[in-house]
Amino acid sequence: MTPMIEAAGLVKRFGDFTAVDGIDVTVQPGESFGFLGPNGAGKSSTMRMIGCVSPPTDGLLRILGMDPVRQGPAIRARLGVCPQLDNLAPDLTVLQNLTTYARYFGIPRREARRRATELLEFVQLSERSGAEVEPLSGGMKRRLTIARALINEPDLVLLDEPTTGLDPQARHLVWERLFRLKQRGVTLVLTTHYMDEAEQLCDRLVVMDAGKIVAEGSPRALIERYSTREVVELRFQAESQSGFAAKLEGIGERTEELPDRILLYASDGDAALTEVHARGLSPSGALIRRSSLEDVFLHLTGRTLVD
Amino acid sequence: MIVALALPRLAASGTRVVAVAGRNVVALRSVGWLAFVSGALEPFLYLFSIGIGVGTLVGDMRLADGSVVSYAAFVAPAMLAASAMTGALTETTFNFFGKMKFWKLYDSVLATPVGPMEIAFGELCWAMTRGALYSASFLAVMVAMGLTGPLSALAALPATVLIGFAFGAVGMLVATYLRGWQDFDLIGTIQFALFLFSGTFVPAEAYPAVVRWVIEVTPLYRAVDLIRAITAGGLGWFQVLDVAYLLTLLGLCLWGASRRMSRLLRR
Ligand SMILES: Nc1ncnc2c1ncn2[C@@H]1O[C@H](COP(=O)(O)OP(=O)(O)O)[C@@H](O)[C@H]1O
Ligand SMILES: [Mg+2]
Repeated sequence: MTPMIEAAGLVKRFGDFTAVDGIDVTVQPGESFGFLGPNGAGKSSTMRMIGCVSPPTDGLLRILGMDPVRQGPAIRARLGVCPQLDNLAPDLTVLQNLTTYARYFGIPRREARRRATELLEFVQLSERSGAEVEPLSGGMKRRLTIARALINEPDLVLLDEPTTGLDPQARHLVWERLFRLKQRGVTLVLTTHYMDEAEQLCDRLVVMDAGKIVAEGSPRALIERYSTREVVELRFQAESQSGFAAKLEGIGERTEELPDRILLYASDGDAALTEVHARGLSPSGALIRRSSLEDVFLHLTGRTLVD
Repeated sequence: MIVALALPRLAASGTRVVAVAGRNVVALRSVGWLAFVSGALEPFLYLFSIGIGVGTLVGDMRLADGSVVSYAAFVAPAMLAASAMTGALTETTFNFFGKMKFWKLYDSVLATPVGPMEIAFGELCWAMTRGALYSASFLAVMVAMGLTGPLSALAALPATVLIGFAFGAVGMLVATYLRGWQDFDLIGTIQFALFLFSGTFVPAEAYPAVVRWVIEVTPLYRAVDLIRAITAGGLGWFQVLDVAYLLTLLGLCLWGASRRMSRLLRR
């Protein structure tokens, strides 16, 4: 089967600044694939190259088996793109935003209307069909942008930070809709700096930092490989924290020191915490949780995903 | 063979151009009817105030071919050409610029199979459809007032469309260079200077030779010359030059605008 996306040594430079620094990525049909990384990692630059709106500076890129530079229109006809910033038309109604967009794909008027109505149903915006776009909430706009990306029944859907800036409830609604798409077998490629989003939606992901891929795998495999099963988060009175890290030596596998807390990595969090207390240390707060992709990122780069 | 291969692609491209133009019709339905109608009024205001008002003081005008016409008949074609220019420039600078830089409209369009050239051409077609409606209404009034004949008016309509296309392409190219709304004052001033000095109210022959030459190479002068020859009389070889001039302007600016758009939006 032809991969949906095939990139080898892909590079994007702006002037002499390298935003994407030679990445290798393959995405198979039906997969849900994610780029996880902090702001400035090069996720959007990569997505724009995949979306055939930004020519690669170097390297090989094949989308749906085609060359994005020479066959851009043919590729874009089969892509659905939800950009990082909503760019809905403020002078059109909710429904018109979808029907006019359909026309760019050469979809006949009647069919455009039928699909638009169906998609508004799907993203739960039917009641707003005739309304203007501007007064919509952030979550509604995002859902409308996602609906717009689906108007041409794309083989490959690109979502650049689909839920950044949304409140938790709005995020869950978006996740739930994206999960349905995934179940229908649509290939999803998304970027995010939320580890819970990546864990929820991605079968497989790459961790990106400063234009490079630093790890690749399923969320679970990444956690197993780069972190322990559990983490103990210890908080101390701010000024005295630095002294404590040394005193934790030997408990669990390793520690990470953050400005406001120390993370203690151990397969058994309870046992580790008991040991902390046994050494006569009394943190002002202690929390045991499962390892997440956040810990993977921290381990790989020494920094947190969201600052 | 090559034609057989090219035709479906051309048809698909045509559909996309129509889609870009058609978006404006949809938008018009929801908001802009008033603006649409008010745009048609301006040339009439000038025609009535200056063509007829000032015309009673000026008397008749002698054209290049020696024929004599009323001042209103002299001014009317210039107003028509100027309004074709203004309409096209407004649509392609203000609206095109706003859509490109502030709404980021074309970012979303370029994510579809539609390309920069198709956007440029589609927006231009829309500007022209609108301009042609304005021109037709003005020509109808000219005929009703006896300022030109019905056949001349019919012949002038495609000429106004050509003028609109040419200035629309200029406006689009200019829009890709604009930094912000402050630049519009400059455009307005240039436009007004063209409007005043392009043989609109006074024949270019009235100016000193050097100024006259400068005037005669400006695009609005060529446009006025073309329309005036059609509606007032004196059609000749010079008008072939006018048409060639406007076509060249159209081609160059359209090409330039789509290239600039690629560079700005496809980084
Ligand atoms: N058009 C551009 N011109 C110059 N620099 C850019 C441009 N787009 C992105 N960059 C830079 O490239 C880097 C990566 O940006 P981006 O791909 O948007 O990262 P992310 O989406 O992961 O936050 C950033 O440092 C950004 O400033
Ligand atoms: Mg980004």
